[in-house]
Amino acid sequence: MAVPLSHALALALALFAIGLLGLLLRRNLLFMLLSLEVMLNAAGLAFVAAGSHWGQVEGQLMFVLVLSLAAAEVAVGLALALLIWRRQHTLDVDSLRSLRAGEAEA
Amino acid sequence: MSWLFYGAGAVALLATARAVSCAHAVHALLYLITSLLALGLVMLSLGAPFAAALEVLVYAGAIMVLFVFVVMLIDVGPESARQERAWMAPRYWRGPALLAALLLGQLLVLLLWAPEPPAAAALPPLKQLGAVFYGPWLLAVELGSFLLLAGLVAAYHLGRRD
Repeated sequence: MAVPLSHALALALALFAIGLLGLLLRRNLLFMLLSLEVMLNAAGLAFVAAGSHWGQVEGQLMFVLVLSLAAAEVAVGLALALLIWRRQHTLDVDSLRSLRAGEAEA
Repeated sequence: MSWLFYGAGAVALLATARAVSCAHAVHALLYLITSLLALGLVMLSLGAPFAAALEVLVYAGAIMVLFVFVVMLIDVGPESARQERAWMAPRYWRGPALLAALLLGQLLVLLLWAPEPPAAAALPPLKQLGAVFYGPWLLAVELGSFLLLAGLVAAYHLGRRD
């Protein structure tokens, strides 16, 4: 017996909401990137669920594209986080308000 | 197959909520890896074994390894060894291990006592997937590879020591 599409979409929506909540509530850059991963993953799950419901392979193709997007995003994002850590020794976005290096105001 | 969807989906929700709300990065990563494995099972139960394999290989394998490396690089310090020893305490990995054991149990039930093979009859075969990838959607796949190359170059440029 197959899973109804609405349940799969509800699971994807719940995961996306958790990721969005984390993105809005956490102030650590690493956790914000992690929440972005959760949100992208939920979008991929929605694609896979819709694709399997309609019997189309394009759902899995879109999942592969989302996957490559997530990989590129996390590579650039983590490199930026490392750079910020090396310069300012903090990953707290509230104390990273000034973009000029060495001027970390409280 | 629907019991697998609901069981693994519940594990994924729990693990993701814990991953987002954990105070420490390493504990959050443990929960997030568990949640990704659970989502792999969810995709398997939806009849998409290729997406499930990619989820485990790329997400839980490659992307999470990047996260772990960055956390370890950032945590370098004089007290990191002491912290490392403290992290070995079982109460830190008890939650993720419990959820992962639940997933393993579901997978074993699926493998040993499943009344029907997990791949549904209406499932498009992998051959068709490859034909679609490199047929009408060739341009999108090429654009995806451009994106990966740009990410690689940008990460290399940002990550080198000046």
